[in-house]
Amino acid sequence: MLRKLRIALALVAFAVLTFFFLDFSRLLPESAQVIAKIQFVPALISLSLGIVLLLLLLTLVFGRIYCSVICPLGIYQDVISRLANLFRKKKLRYKFRKARTILRWSVLTLVIITYLSGLGLVLDLLDPYSMYGRMAVHLFKPVYMAANNGLELLFTAFNNYTFYKVDIHFWGWASFGLALISLLVVSVLAWRFGRTWCNTICPVGTVLGFLSKLSVFKLSIDHETCNQCGLCSFNCKATCIDSKKGSIDYSRCVACFNCMESCNKKGVKYLPFWKVKKTGTDKTQVKTVSGKIQAKTKTKTKKRIETNTDTKIEVKTINKTKTDASKREFLSVLMMSSLLMPKALAARFRQQIGSLRPLKRTVPMMPPGAGDRARFNSLCTSCHLCVSKCPGDVLQPSLLEYGVEGIMQPQMLFDKGFCNYDCTLCTEVCPSGALKTLTKEEKHRTQMGRVVFVIENCIVYRNETHCGACSEHCPTQALRMVPYKGHLTIPEPHPDICIGCGGCEFICPVRPYKAVFVEGHEIQQVAKAFEDEEKQDIVLDDFGF
Amino acid sequence: MNRRNFLKIFALTGVGLAVKPAKSLAALVPEENKTEQAVDLVAVMGGEPDQMFRRAIAEFGGMNQFVKSGQKVCIKPNIGWDRVPERAGNTNPLLISEIIRQCFAAGASEVTVFDHTCDDWVKCYQNSGIEAAAKEAGAKVLPGHQESYYRQVELPKGKILKDAKIHQAILDSDVWFNVPILKNHGGSGLTISMKNYMGIVWDRRAFHMKGLQQCIADVCTLDKKPALNIVDAYRVLQTNGPQGRSESDVVLSKALFVSPEIVSVDTAATSFFNQIRSMPMDVVKHLELGEELGLGTTDLNKLNIKRIRL
Repeated sequence: MLRKLRIALALVAFAVLTFFFLDFSRLLPESAQVIAKIQFVPALISLSLGIVLLLLLLTLVFGRIYCSVICPLGIYQDVISRLANLFRKKKLRYKFRKARTILRWSVLTLVIITYLSGLGLVLDLLDPYSMYGRMAVHLFKPVYMAANNGLELLFTAFNNYTFYKVDIHFWGWASFGLALISLLVVSVLAWRFGRTWCNTICPVGTVLGFLSKLSVFKLSIDHETCNQCGLCSFNCKATCIDSKKGSIDYSRCVACFNCMESCNKKGVKYLPFWKVKKTGTDKTQVKTVSGKIQAKTKTKTKKRIETNTDTKIEVKTINKTKTDASKREFLSVLMMSSLLMPKALAARFRQQIGSLRPLKRTVPMMPPGAGDRARFNSLCTSCHLCVSKCPGDVLQPSLLEYGVEGIMQPQMLFDKGFCNYDCTLCTEVCPSGALKTLTKEEKHRTQMGRVVFVIENCIVYRNETHCGACSEHCPTQALRMVPYKGHLTIPEPHPDICIGCGGCEFICPVRPYKAVFVEGHEIQQVAKAFEDEEKQDIVLDDFGF
Repeated sequence: MNRRNFLKIFALTGVGLAVKPAKSLAALVPEENKTEQAVDLVAVMGGEPDQMFRRAIAEFGGMNQFVKSGQKVCIKPNIGWDRVPERAGNTNPLLISEIIRQCFAAGASEVTVFDHTCDDWVKCYQNSGIEAAAKEAGAKVLPGHQESYYRQVELPKGKILKDAKIHQAILDSDVWFNVPILKNHGGSGLTISMKNYMGIVWDRRAFHMKGLQQCIADVCTLDKKPALNIVDAYRVLQTNGPQGRSESDVVLSKALFVSPEIVSVDTAATSFFNQIRSMPMDVVKHLELGEELGLGTTDLNKLNIKRIRL
């Protein structure tokens, strides 16, 4: 029963979130984003205390429900293991494996240290929600869109216009490659070993695993009914049930309830811890006590109390701090060089083509609501939900524009479109608070960048013909057409009222260097409000011809 | 009179008007229209968009003068911007749905509506109110955001624009109606019927590169002419066009101009706009360039114009 409930809830959450990532035609209501908003890492770094407390409480009461019902990467692994069994003659039997405690905690330590020292990239790479997000955007969505285009072809042939064609975008090798690697590693592990990823690498799994040891409700084996058949262990995808000893490693149990349903004797029970003691025999009591001692020693090792095993761990921790120091040095060098690289490369390409003045944005443009650069870079986990949702295809994963700490984080580019004046979608869906939610009015005044107009490149100046494409696309008239020669008009920039939407840069017809571009800000500014035209009461009573 | 004859006559009038007074052209009009002198342009003022159109089309002898039973009709409004109707960035949806209803009443087998928008097309279609209005009236609303919807067409009469990719909805239709809104435009002075052609074209950047005003005139030499140009001037964007910044750019002017003569109807609309805000003819340079290409006359005295106040 509990298992079926778990599967049902997990499938709903998984399907909704996955489809929310794929849904380019906006079929799902925006409320579907709630599944992204209750993900652990984004909620934690956005300091959404309510959600974090709720998730912690959930874990402290029921165990790792987050891992089995909410986390898309977790459910994805369950789907893969399930599929794997369809391809096998005989269903895979999981075996109890020893916990890889040191590895788990080392990964978590690395994530925390790097994050606190300003390199959020490791967290971005390992946060299960963001990993899944990138898989969805870079691997699943293109397939979904291709299928749409296939249907469009078919339906349009029969004069039915339900479907429309879409451009399938490739957002660069870095994001695609990382998504593909994540997919392969996680899928192979899930195919062969169940939830290994969650219990050896995943930092969220480690944190919640630690908490779930203390949870109120736990699965437990009733030793009066247990005949040690091992079915529970065979079905445990977390490989945390030692059926011979009748013990369960709660730090790895993801509360999937497979064991409970597989037991023919109804010997696996989900009970509050005080009832476990009451129903259990002396034997179990010893087991739970010994379990507790084990757990305690584990926590003690952190406090470095002298025992045999502890010394080993301590040596390793010392070693690790050493490696960290050199790693940090290495990373800072890498970071520095990567900051300078684009500039060095830009210098190489600075060859004039014709008489056109080359243009280059020197400060990358952050999405609306990003605020200042440091804040944005530390909060964004690169889940790419905004990239997927952006209707103008403006938000694209960066490479080294923000430096190493911002690899894959979204930036605004205007080669495919421009930022819609009234659109606030990215700021609404962002689950980590990297993009602050903006109202339409706030967005209208958020200056993401400022317009730079280069008259030498402008069509009107060069060819003396009408153009005005930039001004046409400017929602605030920060590029205003003013009288030039004869009846010609030429753009005049007013950067104060520019919001940096990039309409002008997108549409400017001059190639290869445009006559207008938007320069980014390290800290987004408030644009000056434009002055409304004076409202005249015009009464027309004649045609005028 | 069938469509082909009809179009031939318009082509002839285009040439003929340059040399002859309009009255003598009445001889060219087939019997059924001969009872009264044929109307070249109808201007209506003071009504709601749908009401004004009903009146105007009646002056032309009804929609069945243009749409025959079983024909495929295409309607090309201006849906360029993500704007609500009150902001006058796009053609009035009430006018569009009225035209669609009249087409079906005249026996059209299919009515399609599309535009190549500037803003995100989904938002434009939605927020302009045109998608909903057109679907409710029974039309098919087609997208125009992908190059594959457009087909290469030669424009031998064009001066600098010798070819363009035109939306297949226009090319595959039997009849099409050009339904712009009258707006101020930073680049071309005004955007009316001729400028509305840019929404049937894929590569608009080329227009700006080669010379906007000449390219606008050139693309209007497309063989397949609209049966009517229906200029929505119910609300007019007088400043900061073509998208406008706020409602203070909009004037409620309640007018409609209808004519098969593209240069003439745009000239009339320009004169109308000139009452709201100064707009000399030579600023809207593509009118004069269109006349040079033989697309019609800017001399409204040569036309039989019906002026109606509701």
